[in-house]
Amino acid sequence: MIPEKPMSPGEMPSERPGGLFAAFWQWLRESAVYRSIVRHGVEDTPLNRSLIIFENLFLHVHPVKVRAKTLRFRHTYWLGGIAVVCTLVLTVTGVLLMFYYHPSVPRAYRDMKELGYVVDNGLFLRNLHRWSAHLMVFAAFAHLLRVFYHRAYRPPRQFNWVIGVVLLLVTLLLSYTGYLLPWDQLAFWGVSVGTNMVREMPLLGEKIRFLLLGGNIVSENALLRFYVLHCVLLPVALLVFLSVHVWRVRKDGGVQGPPEDSDSGEEAP
Amino acid sequence: MSEILRPLEIVESNDPLVLPRRVAMLHPDVRPAVRRREERWVMTFPHLIVREVILLQVVVIVLSLVAILFDAPLEGLANPQETPNPAKAPWYFLGLQELLHYFPPIVAGVLLPGLVALALVVIPYARVNLAAGALWAGRGKRTALALGATATLLTLLFGAFGCWPIAVPTILLALAMFAARGGEKGGALRQAMARVTLPEWIMTWFVLIATLLTTIGTFFRGPGWSWVWPWIGT
Repeated sequence: MIPEKPMSPGEMPSERPGGLFAAFWQWLRESAVYRSIVRHGVEDTPLNRSLIIFENLFLHVHPVKVRAKTLRFRHTYWLGGIAVVCTLVLTVTGVLLMFYYHPSVPRAYRDMKELGYVVDNGLFLRNLHRWSAHLMVFAAFAHLLRVFYHRAYRPPRQFNWVIGVVLLLVTLLLSYTGYLLPWDQLAFWGVSVGTNMVREMPLLGEKIRFLLLGGNIVSENALLRFYVLHCVLLPVALLVFLSVHVWRVRKDGGVQGPPEDSDSGEEAP
Repeated sequence: MSEILRPLEIVESNDPLVLPRRVAMLHPDVRPAVRRREERWVMTFPHLIVREVILLQVVVIVLSLVAILFDAPLEGLANPQETPNPAKAPWYFLGLQELLHYFPPIVAGVLLPGLVALALVVIPYARVNLAAGALWAGRGKRTALALGATATLLTLLFGAFGCWPIAVPTILLALAMFAARGGEKGGALRQAMARVTLPEWIMTWFVLIATLLTTIGTFFRGPGWSWVWPWIGT
């Protein structure tokens, strides 16, 4: 199999015949093991371009072809994409932070200090996690407004809008549960103020607050509960709803842009 | 007519009386995704995938720079005995906390946020959103009456609680909505305003208020939730 032309910049070496690396690369791509993992061919053909998408579990949330105008910046401002990238960054940095964190009092606070002074790049890790979280809340909200003003909630996308609202709430809860984890004054009182609002809910307020905090005040129990919510329950909920959200975008004919392009996927009510 | 048609006979004629032609076409209902055929389509790989990778890189680079330049806040160890004044929630809840300043907790903490969440969920199911006609298209007098009454009622209601961050934007937005009336003949701005639909006006109202409340809660509130000017040091 001779590659005709490279499919992406990462594969440039295969163009230079004779190089040791090129030879190795070619041998690798033609090996039985590689072919068993990646099932599409090497040549840059429309067939292979399609196979790249639909032979891949992760890429096949996309259709093989998309409408050209949906790629324009003003079509979506990439706001949903920014929120997804934030999710990825938060997952990676979050898992790394979990290696250094104990959800107990006062160990949690000491771990924050250790991240700053002992762990290599610990402060960078924590900063990145914190600012990504803020960006994610902001991007999710901006995405909601973009979809609203583009009237992209109209049929057949009604229910995907509702899933989007749920995703925004999950995002807020993720950010809020994470807010307690450093166990500093900011965290403790921020969460105290917030959970006092829950108490005002009629009938169930006190009970829900007790359930959230594992007690009547923000204590070590609350820290553990928020930790589990933040690291397990809410991320799983986010993953599930996000998958449905993205899948439905595909099923409904791709992302919906400004209403001026209303020939593109809007149904009369 | 001179000819008499026999069944199964093939007739060739340009005379519509002899050979009836199709006069109407029926379009079957199709999914919107199927309807447009003439659009330009591109392969997802590489066109979309490359853009996604670039987006990922740009966002990660920007976030990394921010993370290098600015440290996440960390105050002293949590101490339940020592309440900071003011104790503030994270920024996205400061709008709610600011509402607590004006309304009893059940209104600010439960009723208003509940209504907002409910309003967000029902958006795609409300007829007014699907019709999406400009606000002043159609019965202008009735619209003006309803708008005037609603704006006055809301202003009086929120004004009674002294909640000017809601009352003032309500007045301003109602004025803008009236200014949009007959804007088709005005300048570019008024023409754009004349096209705005009722749901868009309402969402703009909500965004204005949410932004204002969050800004006040974040920057303009000091000890005892009193008003402070952020540029005057304490």
